[in-house]
Amino acid sequence: MAGIEVRPSQRLSTVPLMQGLFSFSMRKQTPPMHRIFRTLHLRDLRARMNFKNLREYLAWLYYQYLLITGIYVLEPWEKSIFNSILFSAIAMVVYTSYVFVPIHVRLALEFFLGIFGGQPESTMALMT
Amino acid sequence: MTESATSKLLNGDICHRTSNGKKASKNGFVKDHSLFEQPQKYRRPRDKNQNVPHNYSLYKKPFVESFEETPLWVAVLTYMGYGILTIFGYLRDFLRHWDIEKCHVARERDEQKDFVPLYQDFENFYTRNLYMRIRDNWNRPICSVPGAKVDLVERVTHDYNWTFEHTGKVVKDVINMGSYNYLGFAENTGACADAALEVTKMYGVGVGSTRCEMGNLDIHEEMEQLVARFLGVESAMAFGMGFATNSMNIPALMGKGCLILSDELNHTSLVLGARLSGSTIRVFKHNNMQSLEKLLRDAIVHGQPRTHRPWKKILIVVEGIYSMEGSIVRLPEVIALKKRYKAYLYLDEAHSIGALGPNGRGVVDYFGLDSKDVDIMMGTFTKSFGAAGGYIGGKKELIDYLRRHSHSAMYATSMSPPVAQQIITSMKIIMGEDGTTLGADRLRQLSQNTTFFRRRLHEMGFIIYGNDDSPVVPLMLYMPAKIGAFGREMLKRNIGTVVVGFPATPIIESRARFCVSAAHTREMLDTALEAISEVGDLLQLKYSRREQPLPSLGWMSEESLLQD
Repeated sequence: MAGIEVRPSQRLSTVPLMQGLFSFSMRKQTPPMHRIFRTLHLRDLRARMNFKNLREYLAWLYYQYLLITGIYVLEPWEKSIFNSILFSAIAMVVYTSYVFVPIHVRLALEFFLGIFGGQPESTMALMT
Repeated sequence: MTESATSKLLNGDICHRTSNGKKASKNGFVKDHSLFEQPQKYRRPRDKNQNVPHNYSLYKKPFVESFEETPLWVAVLTYMGYGILTIFGYLRDFLRHWDIEKCHVARERDEQKDFVPLYQDFENFYTRNLYMRIRDNWNRPICSVPGAKVDLVERVTHDYNWTFEHTGKVVKDVINMGSYNYLGFAENTGACADAALEVTKMYGVGVGSTRCEMGNLDIHEEMEQLVARFLGVESAMAFGMGFATNSMNIPALMGKGCLILSDELNHTSLVLGARLSGSTIRVFKHNNMQSLEKLLRDAIVHGQPRTHRPWKKILIVVEGIYSMEGSIVRLPEVIALKKRYKAYLYLDEAHSIGALGPNGRGVVDYFGLDSKDVDIMMGTFTKSFGAAGGYIGGKKELIDYLRRHSHSAMYATSMSPPVAQQIITSMKIIMGEDGTTLGADRLRQLSQNTTFFRRRLHEMGFIIYGNDDSPVVPLMLYMPAKIGAFGREMLKRNIGTVVVGFPATPIIESRARFCVSAAHTREMLDTALEAISEVGDLLQLKYSRREQPLPSLGWMSEESLLQD
């Protein structure tokens, strides 16, 4: 689609911002209520929803997962197929990382320490 | 060289040379005398130099349109969602093909399987596998007049939207944000309904003939004279169906050897009419005057494709308000271009007539232009007048020609008398000729509602497309699952909305489209906005990345916000 065609007045340039910061303390009347709310980032939006307990929050997270992946429109058996495939893929990733990541990290550390840590040893060996 | 003489434009301003460097040189490079310069990047009005083109002076008030760009992560996730649904679509098609599950779509019989396929399987892939799953958001039966509130027939489905059953209950008083009821004339009480009732008693309902044979009633003549007076043109002609007005009259006006320059996002009726006419069609980018000017210049310089003869006629086809985008056409610039390059202009005011402008006379009134500049003014009565049908207005010779040569006039049944009377009454109310201020009140209410609704949605953080003055408000949803979820959640909160996806919109830009009406009261809009905000939080639809003005900006922000 076409790019943003924003009114110039809506772009925040630095000069009015600085003036605004100075005039904040000198503001005489409170601005109208609807102008107090800034655009909240996504992580702040969660705060707008009132979750009574953890279960509701987890249910909402599952709902978001359904919406974003598009599974929301599928029939229940299709949802189960997708969930089980995804879950088994993630389980395999977790298991593989549990088995192999410590070994790989240890080998990598040994390799790099061998390069840098071996220098003083070799010069000492050369001198003696 | 006499550079100053050759580079002066019609109104005497010095032409601004394009910045990509087409300079006059002695070996005969063509100077680019474009009316509107090619922008290299977005030019802020603050930064314009003295020879910037005068398109800013053509507009009497600020023309504010915004089409905020899709956030990248949203686009990626939307494609991913469509990909997953496509995989499941293939799976279901496989199961249907091998008869593992019951197939609800039409299929050929076994004997015909070896023939050329009758039902194009892949073209209906999207319909079978994606549209069907969320089909309960469309074609909802209504059982009352579609005013500000409407009654819906409740229906349930037991096989995932392949078939529906009516439970027998009615969902009452659903706030109607989907009907094109801009001035609130869709009502069953009041002056319009009473007048239509009288006319039904006098003429009956059916006409039983075409305009050319026995179907030309005196009420049609009265209506057409009124429409001509309303638009400020010499003469007008009305047809029974708005779609047919476009698709049957463009072929009557254009033929082989003519050129149609049509906007990218024109309605299907205009596209169909252009294709039926047999002329060459060239498409320019949506509302982009540089693209249109380039096409016009190429057409005049190069002529017809192989013979290079000049085109017989060049017709620019635009709409007043584009209903999927909510954008308003840049009419002053189009008229300036049309006059400069001697083309004709066909303006389809389906959504803008009655809804824009201080007197409700449409987009021409909104910009304060002369209606004699538009050669063919077309519009429909469906949206603001609460009736059905379409009209074409223009010079007397044009309309007389159309009366003889239009397919719709010759073969289609003429408009039903109560519908014609509804048009007459509602038009008189809008013009103020019925003696009350109802028309002016409704126009004012519509523009107030539009401004209020758009501003509140913008503040909530949704991505809204279109011009700040257009009563059509598209709210972006993007993801395929959110199309269905939005429609259903809004209905749970007793608000009826229209959601639109592919193929009416580009594949990732699905949206919900609200139509603000003068019949909506402030309380209804507040209820609707609260519900929209709730659903927006629930579905995480507040994608807008624009900064809202902070309270600390104080008087600076107040002043800059006075423009809206």
